[in-house]
Amino acid sequence: MDTIILLTLTGLGLAALYFLVASGLSLVFGLADVLNFAHGLFLGVGAYATWWAAGNLPGAGPDGLGFVVAVAFGVAAGTLMAVLVELVLIRPLYSRTIEQVLVTVGLSLAGVALLQATWGADARPFPRPEWTRQVTSILGAQVPNGGLLLIIAAVLVLAAILAFLQWTRYGLIIRAGVENREMVTALGIDVRKAFTLVFAIGGAAAALAGALGSVYFGTVSPQQGGSLLIFAFIVVVIGGMGSVVGSAYAAVAVGLLQQFVNYYGTSGLGDICVVALLAVVLLLRPQGIAGKVATA
Amino acid sequence: MTEVKSPELPAPPAAVPTESTPGRFNRLRPYLPLVVLAVAVILPYSTLHLPGIFEGTLNSPGTLQLLAVCLVFGGLAAGYDLLFGRTGMLSFGHALYFAAGVYGTDILITRAGLPLWQAAPLAIVGGATLAGLIGAVALRTIGIAFAMVTLAFAQVGAILVARDFGGLTGGEEGLPLDVAGLPAGLVGVANTVNLYWLALAYLVAVVFVVHRVAASPTGRVLAGVRDDERRIGVLGLDPYRFKLVAFTLSGGLAAAGGTVYCLIVGGASPHITSSELTLSLLVMVVLGGPGTRWGPVLGGILYMYLDHRLVSFGSSDAVSALPAFLSRPLSEPLFVLGTVFILAVYFFPGGLASLAPRLALLRNALRLGPRRPG
Repeated sequence: MDTIILLTLTGLGLAALYFLVASGLSLVFGLADVLNFAHGLFLGVGAYATWWAAGNLPGAGPDGLGFVVAVAFGVAAGTLMAVLVELVLIRPLYSRTIEQVLVTVGLSLAGVALLQATWGADARPFPRPEWTRQVTSILGAQVPNGGLLLIIAAVLVLAAILAFLQWTRYGLIIRAGVENREMVTALGIDVRKAFTLVFAIGGAAAALAGALGSVYFGTVSPQQGGSLLIFAFIVVVIGGMGSVVGSAYAAVAVGLLQQFVNYYGTSGLGDICVVALLAVVLLLRPQGIAGKVATA
Repeated sequence: MTEVKSPELPAPPAAVPTESTPGRFNRLRPYLPLVVLAVAVILPYSTLHLPGIFEGTLNSPGTLQLLAVCLVFGGLAAGYDLLFGRTGMLSFGHALYFAAGVYGTDILITRAGLPLWQAAPLAIVGGATLAGLIGAVALRTIGIAFAMVTLAFAQVGAILVARDFGGLTGGEEGLPLDVAGLPAGLVGVANTVNLYWLALAYLVAVVFVVHRVAASPTGRVLAGVRDDERRIGVLGLDPYRFKLVAFTLSGGLAAAGGTVYCLIVGGASPHITSSELTLSLLVMVVLGGPGTRWGPVLGGILYMYLDHRLVSFGSSDAVSALPAFLSRPLSEPLFVLGTVFILAVYFFPGGLASLAPRLALLRNALRLGPRRPG
């Protein structure tokens, strides 16, 4: 029984990580039709900025309030990066979908190489508060605190994004834009501001995922974002592009499936099951659990 | 952002001087590929030393191996362009079929002990079959979703190779090729020249196949699918079948490239299954010029050459003398290539292949400049 609880909670931790990456991807794709390969880079920037801040920024540190400051710095860096990418690189190419994909591909290659050039290709130990290394006993299962932190963060982010979408004017514009962008533009609303906003939200969530994911794994490396990104893509497609709630459901399904099959089957089998799930969802319901039909 | 001007705009005056350019080169132009091919064939007999471009002389095994890898990737890029540039399909899983060729050949020779002449066709047919099966599922989606599905399937391939199910692939360490089953002419450093010719033959074969397909009625339908898929459907043709044919053919060509690559490198390593390889194929095609005859080939050769040479460029004295914030990024080949790629997407949308007409346009504009007001 404790094994099942442990697997469920670690699976949910993984799901939280996927959700943090996928929610931004899904919003960006749903609103702006940009398949953002550079999203993994935002994650890497967030992780490295947190790591750097914990060691160098005055007031920040690996513990207590200093750690909160370090994570806030990392999230700010990721958000800034995302906004800059949107303004400088993506904006001139709107409505040219393929070129946008190509630019983000180039950016992900160059950006990861730049991280690697600056801080080396090897994983570095991540400064993390003492309590995240310990475990909490929940119903007899010893659950690592880093995973619980991820789950709490993801739930808070989900609630914040939903509240933002539901109760603010910009949230309304974003929801309407995902539904029908041409109509929103025709009504005289500048959707491009919303694009920047969506990129900022996605960048912040991804940077948070980078920082807290590094706390969970204990290390930070340039390639971290890339390997998470593929599963985040799968979560986005299964959940339905443009739907944050769909991403949350899909992230939970993917995280739990991966964790349970990897434990009870051979290691690696869970990853394959996830892709099989993707194939089944696409064949039966190409638009995903919730969301508009995924087309170019 | 400066808007790149469309080349059609100054068309009427620009058309005049092309007639006055000397016709000798234009008459030779169709034979240019044959001349290049002849030079490439006799290149291993040259003992020319090109300092800065290659480390050894042209016929040294190291240079020949680098050139062979470049040629294979030129062929791979041309095969990938059949999907991306000519049919308009954005596949992120092409590395899978290449890896199927590499690992298929390697496993059949090393683990099953088959001779090369049996292993190679089996691996290529296997790669094409795999492409056909996956294409049959993936092509039920279109556009970005198609890209995602191919990416996911390729990821399965990468996991299968890395986790080493059944002890076939050698996992993270890769699988060195057992040379006992190979013909003597393909083994050993002294015979690198034969591998070079093999790679050249592969490139020529891919270019030939892609051109024949593109010029055939099927190729015109593929171009139609790229430009407007619905219209092909309205004309009574089934786009799905044509796309599946292109996908399978392209997968088979990639598997053949994998077989050649396996022989050149002498084994298989798991990094060739990564999605990064597919992304670099995409970079090659876009840098070269998608949908053009020679663009992808040039892009592939140039990309691989730079990828190898930029490492030694990065560790050269000229770069290490620079301050750290410049020299460190410059020593990462992918940083340089990624940046060049982004710039190319903005400023040279047609890639290398569009440079010649653009330069001609510029030349004409300069020549006409004094006569025209502004």
